[in-house]
Amino acid sequence: MISVKEKKNYLSQHVQAIKPSGIRRFFDLASSMEDVISLGVGEPDFVTPWTFIEASYHSLERGYTAYTANAGLLELRQEISKYMRRRFQVTYSPEEEMVVTVGASQAIDIALRAIVNPGEEVIVVEPSFVSYAPTITLAGGVPVPIHTQPDQEFKLQPEQIEAAITAKTKALLLCSPNNPTGTVLSKQELVRIAEMVEKHDLLVISDEIYGELTYDEPYTSFPSIASMQKRTILISGFSKAFAMTGWRLGFACGPKEIIAAMLKIHQYTMMCAPTMAQYAALEALSNGAKDVMKMKESYRQRRSLVTRSLNEMGLACHLPGGSFYVFPCVKETGLTSEEFAEQLLLKEKVAVVPGNVFGESGEGYIRCSYASSIPKLEEAMRRIQRFVQSLQS
Amino acid sequence: MIFTKFIGFYLWFVIIFSIFYKKRVMNVDAKQRELLQLIEKNGRLDISTISNLMNITQEETSQMLKKLEKENIILGYSAIINWAKDADEAAVTAMIDVKVTPKRGVGFDKVAERIYRFPEVKAVYLMSGVYDLSVSIEGKTMAEVAQFVSEKLSTIDSVISTTTHFVLKKYKHDGLVFSDQEEDKRMMVTP
Repeated sequence: MISVKEKKNYLSQHVQAIKPSGIRRFFDLASSMEDVISLGVGEPDFVTPWTFIEASYHSLERGYTAYTANAGLLELRQEISKYMRRRFQVTYSPEEEMVVTVGASQAIDIALRAIVNPGEEVIVVEPSFVSYAPTITLAGGVPVPIHTQPDQEFKLQPEQIEAAITAKTKALLLCSPNNPTGTVLSKQELVRIAEMVEKHDLLVISDEIYGELTYDEPYTSFPSIASMQKRTILISGFSKAFAMTGWRLGFACGPKEIIAAMLKIHQYTMMCAPTMAQYAALEALSNGAKDVMKMKESYRQRRSLVTRSLNEMGLACHLPGGSFYVFPCVKETGLTSEEFAEQLLLKEKVAVVPGNVFGESGEGYIRCSYASSIPKLEEAMRRIQRFVQSLQS
Repeated sequence: MIFTKFIGFYLWFVIIFSIFYKKRVMNVDAKQRELLQLIEKNGRLDISTISNLMNITQEETSQMLKKLEKENIILGYSAIINWAKDADEAAVTAMIDVKVTPKRGVGFDKVAERIYRFPEVKAVYLMSGVYDLSVSIEGKTMAEVAQFVSEKLSTIDSVISTTTHFVLKKYKHDGLVFSDQEEDKRMMVTP
């Protein structure tokens, strides 16, 4: 008889240290139910505009099915360069300062891996996109959360950066417009953050995936702030504004030494972004402005609809400047984020995401996406109102 | 209601609006245009929804609607119906290219008027190119349309010739696709 020793654990420790995403549980629960209206979706309700899809078909018909250059099709990088200059007043060389990636997510991953040494700290502005902290951990770094405050519309305060700085701080991860709060930092606010970045010699990873989707003020891209371009890795992509989530296409722009380092990781681990998606993106940049404008106009209207309805029923929220999320407060109901979201789902079949999955400062809030049709949004608002009223009685 | 007996037809309320009406052009401001675009897509949006979407009061919304109706920019509200789903009411549509000789001092407008006053005529356009008027006609049967063309349309003095094209299948009309609606293919909850 062979004696079996205690079962060996083959998994790496740093992967085991990462908590599974809090969104997963809601996904499983919501998916098991019928007739659910979901405001829990982090992507556009629009299908990719036909002209992008058609351009991708055409590339396949012509047999463009091979790898592209590691950094992405040069034509595409040239278009990205023009687009970034035109829309965001930042200038990047298509040859040296840009890499096309598999979604903005991969861009964030290789950016972090390119700059973080084991044990170095990266400041994350919470509530934040769920992937930031785990991606920092996987890169060997330590995520350091800053908790932004609801009475400041979840805007990062420069003093908070100062307080979070240690000898090990390497970078600040910014996301404006923010997922999940929809908060947009103004030029003035960014200038004050830039002073802090300069003072403490930090790098900035600026996730501007929602940069195209701002509704009130003109958008300020972080590297457009004086002397910030050399410290910034700008992350963006096609998922949100161009309604191309499933295509998995993003990009990073930055100083050429950093981009070269990111490209090294990219070429060994990914080779290149999907070719057919790159052709769709090329069309999106060449001829997609009208489609983007139309979708944006529709988001702007729905933002108003949802923000008004939620405030009217007593779930207070500020009018978010960008993205397609509102982040109402549910503390008045006496429930935690999770309790609220779970009971709302079970009783009224509306799926939202509890704020605490975006970091502890999201506790007491829920994320509602308004990327849904108007009739669905109105029905969801009726159901949420009924639920809130049932809690009061 | 007779309509509700038939399952699966699409009821879309639209608005027909014309910026150019009898050469009277009004300056439509950005807010008015936004409202027109909203109700053009869905004429059944109620006042409260429109005001929420546009971030204005209900009072402002109804005032604006009233003004646009009065100015004949909003001409009416109707539904887009897929009659092909109603076997008893199914209609045939024909598009007819009409060549005319405009009369001195009258021009195309008078000829067009003689044509568009028939209730069978759904649309009349003055065209550039090889023919002059494009006339769209709806009837119960092909025979009914044919009869109208031969007895009414082609006998008008100024009409030189007609070429009739029957519609075999409607794929898209006024920006709306006639096939069954696509469902939301997104996952329930994503980050």
